[in-house]
Amino acid sequence: MPDDSAQAAPNPATDIITCDACPVLCRIRAGRTGACDRYGNLDGVLTRMDPFVVTQKVAERDGELVPFGEQVWDGSLISGAPTFVTGIGSGTTYPDYKPAPFIVASEHDGIDMVTVVSEAIFSYCGLKVKIDTDRFVGPETAAVRVAGEQVGHVTTAEYGSQMLSVGGVRHLTGGSKREGTVTCDTMLALSNREAIEMTIDGGAELTVQAGKPPVIGGKLEERMRVGCGSATIGIFAKQWHGEADEVIVVDDHITGVLSEHQAGRFLDMKPAGLRVRGRRSTPGRYFQVAEPGTGWGGTDVTDPLTIIDKIDPKKAWPGLRLLMVSTTGEDAAFFVLDDDLEPQPAEMPDKLQVVVERIGENCEPALSTVIFMAGAGGSLRAGVTENPVRLTRSVRQALTRVTCGGAPVYVWPGGGITLMVDVTTMPEGSFGYVPTPAIVAPIEFTLRLDDYGKIGGHLNAVRKVEEIAGIERLKTVRWHARTDWPGAPLKTDRESAE
Amino acid sequence: MSAPPSHAILPDGRRRHFQHGPIDLVLEAFGAARETETAYARAWTRFETVLDELAAELPALRAPVTEAAPALSGPVARAMGRACAPHHDSFVTPMAAVAGAVADTVLAAMTEARELEKAYVNNGGDIALFLSPDASLTTGLVTLGARPSFDGFARVEAASPVRGIATSGWRGRSLSLGIADSVTVLARTAAEADVAATLIANAVDLDDPAVRRQPARDLAPDSDLGARLVTVEVDALAPDRIDLALARGLERARVMARRGLIVDACLALQGETRGLGQVLVSAA
Repeated sequence: MPDDSAQAAPNPATDIITCDACPVLCRIRAGRTGACDRYGNLDGVLTRMDPFVVTQKVAERDGELVPFGEQVWDGSLISGAPTFVTGIGSGTTYPDYKPAPFIVASEHDGIDMVTVVSEAIFSYCGLKVKIDTDRFVGPETAAVRVAGEQVGHVTTAEYGSQMLSVGGVRHLTGGSKREGTVTCDTMLALSNREAIEMTIDGGAELTVQAGKPPVIGGKLEERMRVGCGSATIGIFAKQWHGEADEVIVVDDHITGVLSEHQAGRFLDMKPAGLRVRGRRSTPGRYFQVAEPGTGWGGTDVTDPLTIIDKIDPKKAWPGLRLLMVSTTGEDAAFFVLDDDLEPQPAEMPDKLQVVVERIGENCEPALSTVIFMAGAGGSLRAGVTENPVRLTRSVRQALTRVTCGGAPVYVWPGGGITLMVDVTTMPEGSFGYVPTPAIVAPIEFTLRLDDYGKIGGHLNAVRKVEEIAGIERLKTVRWHARTDWPGAPLKTDRESAE
Repeated sequence: MSAPPSHAILPDGRRRHFQHGPIDLVLEAFGAARETETAYARAWTRFETVLDELAAELPALRAPVTEAAPALSGPVARAMGRACAPHHDSFVTPMAAVAGAVADTVLAAMTEARELEKAYVNNGGDIALFLSPDASLTTGLVTLGARPSFDGFARVEAASPVRGIATSGWRGRSLSLGIADSVTVLARTAAEADVAATLIANAVDLDDPAVRRQPARDLAPDSDLGARLVTVEVDALAPDRIDLALARGLERARVMARRGLIVDACLALQGETRGLGQVLVSAA
């Protein structure tokens, strides 16, 4: 009985199915659950709402991977296929009460492995959110708010991205009750790949969702900049040469001016005499041509001519062709100087338009990405071994693999087991919460059976993976092909000592 | 295929968990091991048939209670009818007391002829208590809210008439006509507390653009509430609106307390709480 025992009778006249999991025989509408909250109607299919998730390797046939989606697959375990038991659904206490952790023995490539699976309650946890944008989202250390409550702060800017810190114990339990609740809600939603609207003090309004483009100030951010303004000049100088007498690449970090820039001089371009605002760094490279904002190239500029400080009549000439463009190619304008040396808007020549579009083409899609970061300490380790420090050491020596929902994690150097995981590599709906408030996340420790004995593991509690297959609420998901197989054998203690 | 009732010992090694369909009970008996083991065994025997008994007369249990005694045959069903009868001037069906009545029934089987210090049966937040003389029990108060949170506690002494605690609200498992996040009631039995919490939660109400409702049957085709509008979303309300809605519920609770139907009540809406202040202590 690998999956649901209950059968659903679909009613084609409506969207109602009748559940026969118990004598109440609830009729359940699409998207709703029955009286028990355990069974629901998902697109006309009676579905267990709190599944215990295992992941299975994709079948290989004639040397090709066969995705489960192409088979008629009822979600049951495929006998013989490599199976990894995740912590998802293993230890939550409502509505079922499940003993945690499970300790599961399995064989992978002929080697006996043990996986200790658990759902851990993390008060000490947070999210690192990377937002691919050059637009100004807010000053460093500014408060990140959801529904008015501070849930985190702006941290460093990275090349082409802005980092946010969201969550953490100080917001979860260190502030007001409402701050804790909103923080928990925000972390849960972001971790489960839902969209969250946030505002930053002195900055922008954002909509952030893992794996999706960010929305900044109501505008969908589609592309990362190809580089700073100076880098853009360097990449495209040759392609502009002969088509424009001056190109100004507007960027919040470094605005590039082609004829002054090393690249323009290399092409023997004549100085055009256009002086941009801001502080000159090196020839043709300017800092702070405008304030940060959501306009051109991450500045507050909406009319690009406003960044031109003056035009030198001794150098400029009537008929000078000027291209102004942002570092993503999203904003561009073409001007020709009139007899009074005033820039007049003109139609963009096709050859320049091609290069503007090429800037866009060379920008990577902008995404928000969410990394869950938490410390697996204290009593959690006691569920694995009677001697918790040995688990920590075993992880350090790479004898024990740590995964979250089967997804690979990065374990920080130094003390404890502080891990980071990309939430999009985990199965959907991996995260939960408790009213403390704190986040519940799956965690698995996988090691060789003989090593498990050596670190003081609970050998008498080990169950065979076949026994897990008898759990009623089992749900099988396809193993994420982007990541390494979580159940692969590890080196032995002896090998590591050599 | 219908799954049979199941029972388990919780990880703490003390509490028992019984589950059948929508019923989830957590039970604990305090006393000598021989006594508690027998108590759990008796509780299980009683529990095994409870859902089938109720399912057999569901149509009558979903019909409104009127002045005339409803035609109910099973002992749990009759207890539901009895708990609802004093409230027949409002719309109410015996289902409003189902969770509490099941808790009372299993508690009675568990404690009958046993030497126990105390015991409880918690049916998804609706709790039946047994206390020997001098015993007391402290229970946490969970406000349902956007996410449930611990908000206070109630200490019930043996000398108090309270043997039942129940919580209701639109965010809970059952549908509600009102907008209370959470109403917790202390009464003589869990069934009486259950129906009172349901009706007080219904009374915490007002018309406001922030409140969205839908016919109950559009959500759950078999709901005893039929075409009545139930709350599906409550956006942020202005402070004076919260105050008004809570005042309406509190008035309802006061009338029930005067009639001797309840001992105490605590009402919560968007971070504000009101109570009769008899037993419940807010931690907020």
